[in-house]
Amino acid sequence: MTGRAERLSASTGSVEYDAVVLVLGGGPAGTWAAISAAEYGARVVLADKGFCGTSGATAAAGTGVWYIDPDPALREAAMAGREKMGGYLQDRRWMARTLDCTYAQSNRLADWGYPYPVDGAGKSQRNSLQGPEYMRLMRKRTKAAGVTILDHSPALELLVDDGGAVAGATGLRRQKDDRWIVRAKAVVIATGGCAFLSKTLGSNVLTGDGYLMAAEAGAELTSMEFSNPYAISAAFGSVTKTLFYGWATFTYEDGSVVPGAASKGGRSAIARALTQGAVYAQLDKADDAVRHSMRASQPNFFLPFDRTGIDPFTQRFPVTLRLEGTVRGTGGLRIVDDTCATTLPGLYAAGDAATRELVCGGFTGGGSHNAAWAMSSGSWAGQGAADYARLAGSAPRGQVSHAGTVALRERAGRPFAPAQLARAIQDEVFPYELNYFREAVRLNGSLQRLDALWAEASSADAASEADVLRAREAAAMLATARWMYRSGLARKESRGMHRRDDYPGQDERFRHYITAGGLDEVWTSSRAHAVSSYAEAAE
Amino acid sequence: MIEVIDAERCTSCDICVNVCPTNVFDKTDGIPVIARQSDCQTCFLCELYCPEDALFVSPFADMAQSIDVSLKQGALLGSYRRAVGWTDETRELRGIDRSYLLFGH
Repeated sequence: MTGRAERLSASTGSVEYDAVVLVLGGGPAGTWAAISAAEYGARVVLADKGFCGTSGATAAAGTGVWYIDPDPALREAAMAGREKMGGYLQDRRWMARTLDCTYAQSNRLADWGYPYPVDGAGKSQRNSLQGPEYMRLMRKRTKAAGVTILDHSPALELLVDDGGAVAGATGLRRQKDDRWIVRAKAVVIATGGCAFLSKTLGSNVLTGDGYLMAAEAGAELTSMEFSNPYAISAAFGSVTKTLFYGWATFTYEDGSVVPGAASKGGRSAIARALTQGAVYAQLDKADDAVRHSMRASQPNFFLPFDRTGIDPFTQRFPVTLRLEGTVRGTGGLRIVDDTCATTLPGLYAAGDAATRELVCGGFTGGGSHNAAWAMSSGSWAGQGAADYARLAGSAPRGQVSHAGTVALRERAGRPFAPAQLARAIQDEVFPYELNYFREAVRLNGSLQRLDALWAEASSADAASEADVLRAREAAAMLATARWMYRSGLARKESRGMHRRDDYPGQDERFRHYITAGGLDEVWTSSRAHAVSSYAEAAE
Repeated sequence: MIEVIDAERCTSCDICVNVCPTNVFDKTDGIPVIARQSDCQTCFLCELYCPEDALFVSPFADMAQSIDVSLKQGALLGSYRRAVGWTDETRELRGIDRSYLLFGH
């Protein structure tokens, strides 16, 4: 079974590969999945929308990692410390296995040569990764594992066999002006979350593509109401590093302090102030030691300042909040077992494409838990997909059909206008008064407009070859926005990052998950949370 | 957004064309061109991967800027690559992440 994926001859205008496991997405989750599947003996193809190694939210940034030494007291504190913030929707068993897996995989990174820093006491510190360095190493290890990497090769749609099992995918090769087809026994979706082209650092490749493809084949989503984190950046720039704004003072135009504004626990005050006018920040609380550590740890944070002649420690500069959507939210594809299988046979989900509700509940405080989840869920999904493929054996597939819909099939003869559609969606999800602070009347208004956009887009003609990627991205963003707001309406309380002006309190009756799905008709339903259902059974 | 490919420094190795996650550059018979500037997400990674320090990404994410050619004489070209330790002279900087001192603030 080992060896590189075989490239088959195919009709003009396309290349075809025969793989055992196909991984869509080459960020942390995708590369861990590909390595893991290859280590379990599978022939693996990994297709990335951009370049595996620079693509995604991690590569451009630096990220904390939820790396906790295996001391029971430390692990207990790490899990307990998150539960209130996440609205008590986490699952302790998943948190524990994520901590175990993250510890093991981080230590493998050290064995592979990742340059972890050593502290003053001589201890290697493994709770942070520099994105460019980490992802350059992951690309190298992915290739060394025998994985065939297709760069600049966004997937457009899944292939499904007669029995409804996922059997591969097709997509574009942007730099070859042709298409790829990969037939596979199992597919791992690791395409990241959806940040709606907000230019939050490294996230413009993250448009929810995997959600759309999976939903077209019938997969379900969950926790999509937890999809409205916004990150602080200089108003003109793309670099979002929320941690550093912990040392900032936030002021109005006139220099007076914005009451209650803080990076952590006071970001909503910044959002409210931004609806009235400009807000400024200055990292004036950082002493010399902190300034030095910041410079050493995150050089890219300083690029926007150094290149505009601003000293962020002594001068104030305008800030904005950029939507991070489900990249830092916790919603995503619903997974049904320990291998990160979705509700569809042969389809697995990992990283931000999958829900992070099991580890984070309704809130992620930072990259740390998402990074841990990417390593862990990627490893599990890769292994799970390889095992599934082995059990499926070498039986022929029969007829395989294309599961894609919107922007891919000829319809009513109206053209698809992706740029216009993307702007119309952004107008519904960027405004703080719609998404940061939610309320039934405003959510319903948005949903009416979004549903109308869907009706229009889904009846438009197939996009032209030049436009099809942008059209599919816009369609994925639109589907994502509708699952978000429909789920947000269903959760009539405030919990985690989901804030309802009309239901400001947390309500114990809503300590459950909200499942969502559907494209032409979006639906939601509630699912019991493991711990709260045990508690009810015991009563 | 990406603003400059310095024709004097560029060796047409096309690494930027390969590594840009949003496919902003196109190959040509000569040096690459910035073919789709509005697709640039201002992630600075092309600069980091350029072995000749021939690229300059302006920090303005939403607006194109006219860039003063005098920056070539300045310290800006290659500043990110040097700061993260991806040059021979600065390799020791690769392992100086001090985030562990900042977490928990």
